Amino acid sequence: MLSPVTIAKEIDARGSFCPGPLMELIRTVRSAAVGDVIAVLSSDPGSVKDIPAWVAKANHELVALEDVGGDAKRFIVRKTH
Amino acid sequence: MADKFALIVESGTTDKLMAASILTAGAAAMGKDVTVFLTFGGLLAFKKGYEQAPMVMPNEFKGMEDVLAQSMKAKNIPHWMKNFQDAKEVGNVHIYACSATLDMFDLKKDDLEPIVEDVVGVAYFIKEAEGAQTLFI
Repeated sequence: MLSPVTIAKEIDARGSFCPGPLMELIRTVRSAAVGDVIAVLSSDPGSVKDIPAWVAKANHELVALEDVGGDAKRFIVRKTH
Repeated sequence: MADKFALIVESGTTDKLMAASILTAGAAAMGKDVTVFLTFGGLLAFKKGYEQAPMVMPNEFKGMEDVLAQSMKAKNIPHWMKNFQDAKEVGNVHIYACSATLDMFDLKKDDLEPIVEDVVGVAYFIKEAEGAQTLFI
């Protein structure tokens, strides 16, 4: 069974234009503590590829990617270092 | 994989400034060291007072300025300058003005937005861009 994840901070970047949601996520990850889990909501279709690509490149962890209705997605990211 | 990204921004039309700014932000986000060399129209676009400058479109989009301005507002598309500012905030981004262009238009560094870090010649840019993915826009 998956243990529940506590989200330290959630950013609503819906309506923000490419690459806005990613930039918001990066800022938030920077100011977060190691181990924190951050969620970002995005309606930018580019985010589906962009955010996982950044998470992989920056060596953090994509915990989940959820549909939240409409065209929006919720990206849940753990800061690993 | 190159860890450097370089852009020569020659065009001062809004479409290309937007493209250049988004590429800069994306490259900075992906951890690239980014060097932007502003020349001609690209440099003039960075003059102080850019906020008041009208949207400028190339021939293929002529006459669409108002429609595009409305669409950008409706869709919350930020001014291209905001993308450059965000890029600088999240990454290692250096924006330089071409000294020859400044001279040609009788401008000083003080006439430019402070996001422009320095005035340099082409040789300096070439040195900084060594080994970088480089684009001319």
